[in-house]
This record gives sequence, structure tokens and C-alpha cells, in this order.
Amino acid sequence: MNQDNDKIRNSAETDEAALINEVTEGDYKYGFVTDIDTEIIPVGLNEDVVRLISKKKGEPEWMLDFRLKAFRYWQTLTPPKWAHLNMPDIDFQAISYYAAPVKKEGPKSLDEVDPELIKTFDKLGIPLQEQKQLTGMAVDAVMDSVSVKTTHKEALAEKGIIFCSISEAVRDYPDLVKKYLGSVVSYKDNFYAALNSAVFSDGSFVYIPKGVRCPMELSTYFRINASGTGQFERTLIVADDDSYVSYLEGCTAPMRDENQLHAAIVEIVVEDRAEVKYSTVQNWYAGDKDGRGGIYNLVTKRGLCRGDYSKLSWTQVETGSAITWKYPSCVLAGRGATGEFYSVAVTRNHQQADTGTKMIHLAPDTRSTIVSKGISAGFSENSYRGLVKITPAADGARNYTQCDSLLLGSNCGAHTFPYVDVMNPTAVVEHEATTSKISEDQIFYCNQRGISTEEAVGLIVNGYAKEVMNKLPMEFAVEAQRLLAITLEGSVG
Amino acid sequence: MNDLDQYIDLFSANRSTVEEHSPAALNALRDHALATLQQLGRLPEKGDEGYEKTSVNDMFAPDYGVNINRMPLPVDVAASFRCGVPNLSTLLGVVVNDRFVPTATLKGNLPEGVTVCSFSEAAEKMPDILQRYYGKVMNTPNAHCALNTLLAQDGVLIHLAEGVRLDKAIQIVDIFKSSFPLMAVRRMLVVAEAGAKVAVLKCDHTQAGSEKCLASEVVEIHVGRNAEVEWYDIEESDASTSRMHNLCVCQQEGSQFTACASTLTNGTTRNEFDVKIEGDHTHTRLSGMAIGSDTQHIDNASNLRHLACHGHSDQLFKYVLDDNATAAFGGSIEVAHGARFVEAFQTNRNILASRGARMHTKPQLLIYNDDVKCSHGATTGQLDAKALFYMQTRGIPAAEARRMLMQAFMVDVVDTIALEPLRDRLRHLVDRRFAGERAGCRECGSDCR
Repeated sequence: MNQDNDKIRNSAETDEAALINEVTEGDYKYGFVTDIDTEIIPVGLNEDVVRLISKKKGEPEWMLDFRLKAFRYWQTLTPPKWAHLNMPDIDFQAISYYAAPVKKEGPKSLDEVDPELIKTFDKLGIPLQEQKQLTGMAVDAVMDSVSVKTTHKEALAEKGIIFCSISEAVRDYPDLVKKYLGSVVSYKDNFYAALNSAVFSDGSFVYIPKGVRCPMELSTYFRINASGTGQFERTLIVADDDSYVSYLEGCTAPMRDENQLHAAIVEIVVEDRAEVKYSTVQNWYAGDKDGRGGIYNLVTKRGLCRGDYSKLSWTQVETGSAITWKYPSCVLAGRGATGEFYSVAVTRNHQQADTGTKMIHLAPDTRSTIVSKGISAGFSENSYRGLVKITPAADGARNYTQCDSLLLGSNCGAHTFPYVDVMNPTAVVEHEATTSKISEDQIFYCNQRGISTEEAVGLIVNGYAKEVMNKLPMEFAVEAQRLLAITLEGSVG
Repeated sequence: MNDLDQYIDLFSANRSTVEEHSPAALNALRDHALATLQQLGRLPEKGDEGYEKTSVNDMFAPDYGVNINRMPLPVDVAASFRCGVPNLSTLLGVVVNDRFVPTATLKGNLPEGVTVCSFSEAAEKMPDILQRYYGKVMNTPNAHCALNTLLAQDGVLIHLAEGVRLDKAIQIVDIFKSSFPLMAVRRMLVVAEAGAKVAVLKCDHTQAGSEKCLASEVVEIHVGRNAEVEWYDIEESDASTSRMHNLCVCQQEGSQFTACASTLTNGTTRNEFDVKIEGDHTHTRLSGMAIGSDTQHIDNASNLRHLACHGHSDQLFKYVLDDNATAAFGGSIEVAHGARFVEAFQTNRNILASRGARMHTKPQLLIYNDDVKCSHGATTGQLDAKALFYMQTRGIPAAEARRMLMQAFMVDVVDTIALEPLRDRLRHLVDRRFAGERAGCRECGSDCR
């Protein structure tokens, strides 16, 4: 890191353009490819492929039916075009829908896991190793289409917490999965949700029983490794009455010239007085400085606060992906339920992001807070799109929305598209948005105090994003802050 | 079937009649308008982006009559309609349905360099002006603007020659008077050449006893270099009236433009403001208010595009909705690449006074530049319970206190009006509106709604 910084500083004195090149090309640390035997099914999507995926996972009949229903519905849909994105048409027949690291019989302990795989996750700084148990975080690691390892399962099982891959959950807890799968995001929800429901290959399943406070952070790391594939994972979190869980999600992918598709679904059910905190640090490969390659991140995330006084909090730091299309939402159906959304979205080079949230107030006394901070640099386009809907039954509902955009450079775009629908006279809804660039006064002040412009920008941006960063669990906040600094280096000359 | 087809069919079947009664400048744009409509294929419907709560198609769906034969109305307009603002002497013109009738104030009284006349008259007096500006300010392909251009046969031209600064306001009163369902295709062109100044007040009324009617209105305003245009629009129609209104403005360097649209009583209204800022160092102020009760529906959509540097714009829209009134506000500010040092602000505040009222708001920012200062704010809530309680402790009855607070809420929109007599008048109209009364004009016996 420090070396990189020194290099950057030296070149800054000589040539600004060279600096930007150097930084933008060199900073994606996770762009390696793991040389591991991978089983990939041929490209294309039809009913046989859906059946094959289901068969490979050894799924029961009802699961196959769910997939087929979704697939048939998906065939009737066309991709949505309303987002402020310039996205080329995706050829869904040119993608392989299943890629799995080849393993012999399922690993009993970490020793049996392919050492290449362990190395991969080590490089990503993910504590898969048993000796890292002290970090106090349970991890589910998903490589391409399958979950490779879940740690700390036993410790969690003592408390009655289920944390496993969704394939295991289908096998071991079919009643729970049957009850909740698709209950928040139906396969009819949208184009990509239907696609995911048809071909999803793995993901995590979490169940927190009544009254249990999950003793550690649960975490899933997603990694796309194989080329020519997409990743379609599905996460289902159920927090029963009076429970609490904090869940973290991280993602990386190799650097490739092709665009790869990531279409995930996250469903969260929050019962009476339960609380779920969902944090994401999204760092998929964003493409090179000319916009070649990168991941299309088209994700449907939604939580149903079904219980009274339940709470769901989304925190996201979005720095990667060539295209981001995601709107983590809260359906506030229980009396006094609370929804929160804190987001920092950084785009640069030719990245495009259309992201935001939906807060649907269905019950009285529901509250929601939205804080969205967008930072655009280079030639990128960064949009906030959000919906706040107060239905007639939501007496005394309260919403506060703040979305700020920071522009670095004159070729980027920052846009705000908030939709506010109020159908109840007792509700109070506030929305504020601002767009500006970093004030020259602030930079000048920092310069005066001997802080270089580069550092000053980092300082100001970090201060700007602090409100959101503060909401992240500590382990993640450090990573996110570093990521933000790396991402923006060289964006301002 | 989309209801656009019935209008295209009507035009195709009667093209020669339509063109026979229209100036050449209007006929010249019909082919292009038809092509635009055929390309768009339909009128916007509910749920389309930008039209979430108002279906233009539904407004145009009923079987309205269109006066393509230009049948004259046998009324002495000047004697029947005397819409006035106390203490404000205006140059008054009346548009009955879609026909312009100048009053005595416009005959021979106009200062040098000021023209207020119908398009057909302008086609003889100043054809080059009509040719140069008509249909040129419309900014984006818009189904309603194209439909209006396809069917328009006449309109009102207000032209101010270079450097002419008009002290008196020009007032255009639009009146519906029809015993059968009617669509009026209204068109207006305001041209303020370099350094000119003008204030235009437009009032929309529907005469009592009129059948269901639809106003298709397109107003184009060209604000020349260093010119100043003030545009005030007050709608006091009734539940049987639908109004689809497009205000298209183009601003040149150093110009100033102010618009204030007030919807006091109406049926279904959609007002679109499309302002394109082409020159540097401009000032723009858009404001609007809507007071809705019963089943009124009001939708204001503004699209302000800064294409040049050093532009300053302010937008303020306020709504009070009671009963089952529904309303929408969509405001977008666009700052184009290269439009540096732009400051653009937008505020939307709404009060819902009943359980049946619905408000949909969508303020948007589209910024393609970093040297800007832009913000928007939107709130929807209710009257401050503490203020209400305080006023009641001071002996003001609850209903009166509510009314006072609502009046106070609207004051800052009224205050954007530069003409003092008009400001007082509008304040009076707002007060009366909240009191549940229609204002009426003492000196006029036409019983407008």
C-alpha cells in the first residue's frame, strides 16, 4: 500500500495523466484467477439446464418445480430498461449457469479442502482457516456456483442457529426453506429475480431461533472465478422473535475483458422485535479504465419486517462492478417496524451505478431512514433511485431521506431519482438531496496545513462518507475505508 | 387501443379543412408532428416514466368535438367577460374555447413594438416572426406537443420588438363555453426580443353550464438576450374541465424568466414546464401552487435544462390537498456537460389534510458536471399540531386556525409574483379558496367557474 502511494506521489509531480493510468490500472487487488479444477456445464439456458442444476444439487421434487415455474415465467419477460444505465443487451444463452470447483467427497475438515481454494480465500483475507476462529466471525464462502466451506457451524448450532449453504438447507431443513423461500422476493418479482429463481446454484441460509442473539458476525464471501459463467446465488435469512443477527457480505472477481453476470437474490424475514443488520462491501471487478470487462451486478435484495417493532438495517459500500442495479428494500409490515438504508456508492472510470432503496410502509408507526452518499469520478454515472411509499394504513409513519452526491471531475454524472408516494395524512416524509463538488476552500485549507491535494481529497471523502461507514461493523469499516481510499486515488489531479 | 389514433384519424380525414383555416406557418409543421406521433405511437399512460399518476391518454379518451371548421361564436365577448385584477390595469385579450378575441384595450392602445394578435392576423402582419419562432421552442419529442401542433389552427402571438419594455401586463383570459363536449386546441407564442420586458397573466375559466371539456394548451416562450419575461397562470375551472398544458421556454444569454402557475379549482390538470437555458448568466424562477379538494387531480412536472454556464434557477412548488384530491409533482434539473458554475435549487412541500388525499412526488437531479451547486428538497406532512394548539389557546377556532396556517403555507409561492396588485389578488383568491368560496368577479356577470 505504502509503496503504491509513494509511487503515485512521485508520478503526480511529473504527469497527471500517467498517474491516473497507473492508479486505475493497478489497484484491483483481487483480479487474480485461481487455477483450480472447475466443472462447468455447457452454455445456454433451457428446461434441461434447470433440471440438470437441480439434479446436480440432489434437490427434492418441490425445489425443481419451483425452479421450473420460475423459468417458464422468466421466458415471458424482457429485461427492464428503465434504469439510468447504458447496458448492452445480455445474451442469456451465452452464459454457463453452473460452475463448481471439483471436489471429491465433501470435505470433512479443512485439511481436505483443495489447498488452491484455501489459498484463494487467504489472498482475499477471508478467515476460512480454523486458526482464525479467534476473529470471531463465521464465514460461508461461495466460489462460482457452490458454497465451499462454512466455518463455526458447530458453535452456532449450540445456540440453535442454522448457518449453512442453501443447498444443505434444502436437504436438511426443507420445511423452513419451503416456508420462506420466495416469500419476500417472489419469482414473479422482476426479470432477474425470475432468472435467479430458475438457476440459483447456492448461497447462504441463516435461521436465528426465538430469543437468540447471534454471538458472532455471520459472513459470506462471494467469488466468481471461472470465465464464461454467471453467479446466481440466493441468500435467505430468517430472524425469529426477539433475535438479533449481523450479517456481512463481500464479493470479488478476477479481471477479465468479458462482462460477467451476477444476479443474486437476498431475502430477509424479520419477526416480532427481531433485528437484522445486513452489511455489504461490494468490490466486484469494475472493468479497466476504458470500461472493458467487469461484472454486471443485477441484484434483488428485500427484507420483510413482518413482526411488530422489528428492525432491518441495510448498509452498503459499493465500489466495484461495471454496472450496479440494486435496490435493497424494506417492507415494513409490522407495527412500529424500522427500516434503515445507509449507502456509499463510488463510481469511476466507466462504471455505472443505479442504486437506492425502497421503503414500503404498510403498518402504523413505522419508521425509515435513508442516507445515501454517491461519489462519481472519471466518466462514470452514479444514480440514486429510491421509493418511499406510505400506504393508507401507515398512520404516524415517518421517513427521512438524505442523498448527497459528490462529483470529482467534469466528465462524470450524478443523478437522483426519488419517488415519494404518500397516502396518509398523518405521515411525515422528508427528502433532501444535494450535489456539489469538493469545495476548493477545503482543499486549500488542507494544502495550507501541508496536506497534499490527494490526501486532502481522501480526507474529505472519508469525512463525507463517515455517516455511513459508522454503521458498518468494525471489521468491515476498516476494509471499506481502505477500499474507498484506494478506489479514489488518482481520481482528482 | 390507444386514444391517439382517433385524433390521427380525425386529422387524416379532415386535413384539407384543417389547413384551409390555418396560416401557412402552422401547416408547415404538421407533417413533422404527424411523424413524431406515429413514431411515439401512443399518448402517455399512467405508470409510464414521468407520468406515474396522470394518464394523458385518459384525458384525451372521451369523444370530444373539435371545432375544425372554425365556427364563430355569436357572443359579444368584450361585453360579457371582464376578468380583472383590482388596481392592475392590463391589456386584455380573451380566448373563447380556441378563438382569440381582442378587447378594446388591445385595439390601438399598444405601444410601438408590441404586438398582441391572433396567428392568422400575424400571418399577414409579420409572417417572418411566426415562421421563425412558431414550433421552434419545443424541446423534446413530446406526444402532447406534437398532437397540439398537428391540430392547432390559430393561437395568440405576443411579440415585443428589441428593447421594448412594456409596463402594463398583458392578460389573456381563456374561457370554455360550450353546450357539447369540446376539446379546445390552444396555442400561444410569446417572443421577447433582445432587451425586451413583458409580464403575461393567463387565467383559465369554464363558464357555468358548459359540457365536459378538454384544453390542450401549448405555450412557447422565447426569451431573447437580456430580455425579461414574467408568466403567471391561474386556473379556476371546474370539475368537468381537463387541462393538458405544456409551457416550453427557451432562454438566451443574460435573460430572466419567472413563471408561477396556480391551480385553485379544476378537474384534471397536468402542467408541464420545459425550460431550456441556452445562454450564460441567466436567472430562472419556477413556482407553482395547487389547492385540491373533492376529486381534483393536479400534476405539475418541471424539466429545467441548464445547457450554459452561470445559470441560476429556483423552483418552489407547494400543494395542499383535502378530501379525495390527488396530486403529483415531478421536477427534474439537468445540468449538461460543460454547463459550469450552475446553481439550481428546487423545493416541493405538501400538506395532506385528509385521509383520502394522495401525494406523489419525484424530484430529480441529473448532473453531468462537477462545478455546480444543486439541491432539492421534498416534504409531505400535515399542519403543525403545536401551532394549531397555540392558536386555539389564543381563542382562534380550530377551523379558522387551520385556514390561517394553510394560507400562511402558500404565502411564499404568492410572494414570487413581482406584480404587486396581482400578488394581492392571488392572496385574496387563495384565502377565498380555503374558505370554500369561489372568488367570482364583481364586475363580470358571466358566472365563470
